[in-house]
Amino acid sequence: MFIRSQHGLAHKHVGSLHAPDAEMAINNARDVYTRRNEGVSIWVVKASDIVASSPGDKAPLFEPANSKVYRHPTFFPMPKEVKNM
Amino acid sequence: MSMYAQLVETGVNQLQSRAEMSAEERAFQERVDAGIKIEPKDWMPEDYRKTLIRQISQHAHSEIVGQLPEGNWITRAPTLKRKTILLSKVQDEAGHGLYLYGAAETLGVTRDQLYADLLSGKVKYSSIFNYPTLTWADIGAIGWLVDGAAIMNQIPLCRCSYGPYSRAMIRICKEEAFHMRQGYDIMIALCRDGTPEQKALAQDALNRWWWPSLMMFGPPDAESVHSAQSAQWKIKLFSNDELRQKFIDQTIPQAEYLGIRVPDPELKWNEESGHYDFGKIDWDEFWNVVKGNGPCNRERLRARVQAWEDGAWFREALVAHAEKQSQREAEATKAA
Amino acid sequence: MLLADKFESLLRLGDNTLILAQRLSEWCGKGPVFEEDMALTNIALDLLGQARLWLTYAGEVESKGRDEDALAYLRDAHQFRNLLLVEQPNGDYALTMARQFYFDTWHHLLLQELLKSTDERIAAIAEQAVKEVTYHLRRSSDLVTRLGAGTEESHRRMQTAVDELWPYTGEMFAPDAVDEALAAQGIICNPGQLHEPWLKHVAEVFRQATLTLPSGTWMQKGGKQGRHTEHLGYILTEMQFLQRAYPGAKW
Repeated sequence: MFIRSQHGLAHKHVGSLHAPDAEMAINNARDVYTRRNEGVSIWVVKASDIVASSPGDKAPLFEPANSKVYRHPTFFPMPKEVKNM
Repeated sequence: MSMYAQLVETGVNQLQSRAEMSAEERAFQERVDAGIKIEPKDWMPEDYRKTLIRQISQHAHSEIVGQLPEGNWITRAPTLKRKTILLSKVQDEAGHGLYLYGAAETLGVTRDQLYADLLSGKVKYSSIFNYPTLTWADIGAIGWLVDGAAIMNQIPLCRCSYGPYSRAMIRICKEEAFHMRQGYDIMIALCRDGTPEQKALAQDALNRWWWPSLMMFGPPDAESVHSAQSAQWKIKLFSNDELRQKFIDQTIPQAEYLGIRVPDPELKWNEESGHYDFGKIDWDEFWNVVKGNGPCNRERLRARVQAWEDGAWFREALVAHAEKQSQREAEATKAA
Repeated sequence: MLLADKFESLLRLGDNTLILAQRLSEWCGKGPVFEEDMALTNIALDLLGQARLWLTYAGEVESKGRDEDALAYLRDAHQFRNLLLVEQPNGDYALTMARQFYFDTWHHLLLQELLKSTDERIAAIAEQAVKEVTYHLRRSSDLVTRLGAGTEESHRRMQTAVDELWPYTGEMFAPDAVDEALAAQGIICNPGQLHEPWLKHVAEVFRQATLTLPSGTWMQKGGKQGRHTEHLGYILTEMQFLQRAYPGAKW
């Protein structure tokens, strides 16, 4: 179950539940996961359809990004006098 | 283990030293020590996986069985406002059971298997739910004491080492924030704003729920053989006795505010330790309730079995309908 | 006279939702599957919320100082104005769903009409309620379809249920003097006009559910005027117990 909590924010995984098909899954998700006004949109995905990356792949998948520090704004020191950057 | 999962076997009688661990085990323990969450596809010791399944499923079962003693009073709640609050609280418990079964399923078991183990009596739930709710004041006492004790245990579990369990607990704690307060609010209405007769109901409820609430934290540390392993795995963050003492220290002033007394003649503030000293807990009663001899064990389980059996045709029908539907869709695709 | 009629009509709205919520809450913790348990409780909570709004307003219209609790807890069965349908026992889940489906279909149509009420307060309550009931109807229509077209057993149970409750549906559409007086002022609609669209939706869902539309024409009546089935007395006995045992106590 993925719920989008406010307009503009991405859907977020909230948990799982049981349902015989997609339509009932949506209804059930509404009843189980949005009891406190949490949602504006629901996605449901069959657990068996989710392909997850393997923990062993962590290094090749994610570590290369570590060396790309220039992608982050903090990489570029700015003089104190310069505002609104 | 304490609380909603009172007695969780770890399958381990003695902690391994680092030297005795395999490379995998060592790497696992280092991650746990570093506060990195373990996720479903990560390697984990088999005993860790099994212990978590036991702990999470006991916790889930407790939520589900825990619906019954309070559900008992929904139709008799004294005002429409109280009825609304109680109904939503008991519903939350079903939801929390569901979140927890979901977390347990990430460990490679199915909810139906876990639930079958509850219904067959193989796996326990918290002993507290085997006590009866006799008056409306019991609904106040449960929220105040039972939920109060539960929250004390659950907040640390938000930081436990297993990712899905930790995330379920975060959601549960957020939702449960009102449960204890609604209970205490009922007690205030009875004790401070109510008639002497109502206050007597509250005192009677406290008399009956006090000791069972203390038992919720599980046996004394000296007898908790599996605690050390669970602590090392960070699926248990405080000891039974620590939490029990904290609960007593927190609760006594709350009882004083209500003007009712806990049924313990030995209870006394200890200036030196900065804690309350308290009387002896009847562990014989505890073990008997765990073994099935509590006042409501049979009724509680029977109610869940009955609901499950009565619902069989319904569940079968939904599955059958979904299958027919997908068959029809497949045929339509083929024809097109 | 009009105020008395309005009070009467508000009691009907309040009592329907209150008694049905009370029945549904009997299921809490006993549902056939956890997801269903939660869904039914959500519906009960919605209806209970609506009941409180209607009864509070009824008390204000009556202006004798009765609040929602005085009206819910301190009236006897003959003073209740709910439809006979909503007080019928839960039975199996098929019966509960049939009752819900008949009621939701009617309730949804009714609330859409009440949105247009010349009484602003009624229109405002209807506006909140209609959103909730749109979902109730969607859910009960869906479940009746699934159970009707599920297995042989679920079909049999569903058919038995819709047949059994059919005689309690006529009352929803039979106007009396109260209805007519208020409809003339545009405060509520004439319930008779809801019959055709109700039947259309019920027939369509039954077609998909492979259920036979019951054909009986003899209908039970009396709930709206305070003549109930034996069930209501027991519902009230349970619901009102504490208020009766401790008269005047605050909770």
